[in-house]
Amino acid sequence: MKQTVVRKILAKAVGQSQVNVGDVIEPQVDLAMSHENAALVMNQFFEIYSGLNAEPKVWDPNRISIILDHRVPAESKKTATNQKKIREFVAEQGIAKFHDIRGDEGGICHQILPEMGYVLPGYVVVGTDSHTTTHGALGAFSFGIGATEMASVWALGHVLNVEVPDTIKVIIDGEMQKFVSAKDIILHLIGKISAQGANFKVLEFHGSTISAMDTSGRLTISNMSVEAGATSGIIPADNETLRYLREVAGFTGAFEPVLPDNDAEYCQTVHIDVSKLEPQIACPHTVDNVKSVSEVEGTRIHQVVIGSCTNGRLDDIKIAADLLRGQKVSKNVRMLVFPASSRIYREALELGYVADLMNAGAVVMNSGCGPCLGVHQGALGDGEVALATTNRNFKGRMGNPVAEVYLSSPAVAAVSAITGVITNPIKGGY
Amino acid sequence: MLKVIYKLEDDISTDIIYPGRYMATVLPTETPQYAFDDMKDLNQLLNGKSTDEQSIIVAGNNFGCGSSREQAASTLVGHNVIIIAKDFARIFLQNAINLGLRTIICPDIEAVAGDVLEIHDDKVVNQTRGTTHPIIPLPEARRAIVEAGGLIPYTRLKLKQKLGIS
Ligand code: SF4
Repeated sequence: MKQTVVRKILAKAVGQSQVNVGDVIEPQVDLAMSHENAALVMNQFFEIYSGLNAEPKVWDPNRISIILDHRVPAESKKTATNQKKIREFVAEQGIAKFHDIRGDEGGICHQILPEMGYVLPGYVVVGTDSHTTTHGALGAFSFGIGATEMASVWALGHVLNVEVPDTIKVIIDGEMQKFVSAKDIILHLIGKISAQGANFKVLEFHGSTISAMDTSGRLTISNMSVEAGATSGIIPADNETLRYLREVAGFTGAFEPVLPDNDAEYCQTVHIDVSKLEPQIACPHTVDNVKSVSEVEGTRIHQVVIGSCTNGRLDDIKIAADLLRGQKVSKNVRMLVFPASSRIYREALELGYVADLMNAGAVVMNSGCGPCLGVHQGALGDGEVALATTNRNFKGRMGNPVAEVYLSSPAVAAVSAITGVITNPIKGGY
Repeated sequence: MLKVIYKLEDDISTDIIYPGRYMATVLPTETPQYAFDDMKDLNQLLNGKSTDEQSIIVAGNNFGCGSSREQAASTLVGHNVIIIAKDFARIFLQNAINLGLRTIICPDIEAVAGDVLEIHDDKVVNQTRGTTHPIIPLPEARRAIVEAGGLIPYTRLKLKQKLGIS
């Protein structure tokens, strides 16, 4: 009894009836995900095997997923060579859940995992990416690890030395106003508890707003939980999770949702009423520097980015297309849209959203991380300002330490692309 | 006794420690040159100093927040520095321990560049100022990795057991 979701999942992963906060355990992994940094994981994996009289072999090729997304198509010979080595490794080891640079099944790792049905409620998921927290939206315990730790998982099938984390219960109630979305809720929460407010802890989300929210919005909330320092952001599985897995992910098998005990012990409880919440915006250069959009209205912007594993899904692109249909992106703004997966891209094409966006002046790019990390495309010029639906605005993010990045929802980003300044869609008469 | 070579503020992200544009560089031996590449003074200081001599960088809260990129730890290993921070972000701390970067959690550390510090098991003594600052010890689980010499040798031990080889 008294177990939170993460404690129950971890207990199962070590074959015990219960674990306690602070216990150090070695949980079995259900899914281990990497992207281009698999090149470093491979290096460390071979290092582990060096000097051992054994053929390097991953513990279970069906439980490893590798997705090329960060710099696709490759921007340099170095990246291209890393990607080539990864393909060779995938073939050698028989890694099943591999997604290459393709128009039929490529995309950002944190979108591919849920939409392919690779993550199920109750899973322990690790990824060599901090936004691995995303998959908590499906009721899994999903967290980011480093490349050497992943090499260790590839070799052994479990994570060494996991401390069972404490859990903060977040209760979100109230009906959101028009143009207020999951992104505004999570930005508001990060602003409230700070960028390290949940460091070493798990956020477990409850409340009527979460129950009514679809999985796309939940993925946004779990994705950005790491920006409050959280190890994972878990939304206990419910009927919506089941719907998503059946209708979107095409999963037909059975699974057992993991729910917290009624008397589960939390280290802290945070209540948020979102009924009066305005659209939120994270200002440079920290994600917890959150304000209401009206406080920064009128700020001149040079680039708008809609996309990323945070807000690059079909509903996000629809919001932008609906707002931009028949309108024009300001002559002073470059608007870049990058759907989170090829599948989303195709759906956006079929539904006419891509045409709406292009007619308005936006550039729709191939699926991938693109400008989100600023190494590959869409870098900012000195002194320029971007408004993005991504998840980080640190100095140097988007490729230039003397540029500024604001973070918002797709609605705020789309409306601001038209006006050329940060604009509140609620007041804009949209 | 070791010298503080630099004092950093709170919330130093991995984008600052190791900019994303160098992420295609993965080998731990090749990453050190890019440490703090967008803070030219610190980058030049690190690249100009001899690695024979260990030195200290002092940081505030939430050092290493942001991405899971392990290069942020390997780049500092290559410069033979110890990081004393008020607090670290989780993934960075884990990466540091896995790669053998010495990280010290010292919630009330007060020191600036030029100060001379003495590091004990339970405290840091600032010789220059005559102040003492308690250390939060590493959890035992993490110490096991440090004692094995990092996560690679530690995993190798476990793997030998699993495969039944000696
Ligand atoms: S879209 Fe951005 S945050 Fe998401 S995985 Fe890619 S680089 Fe990371």
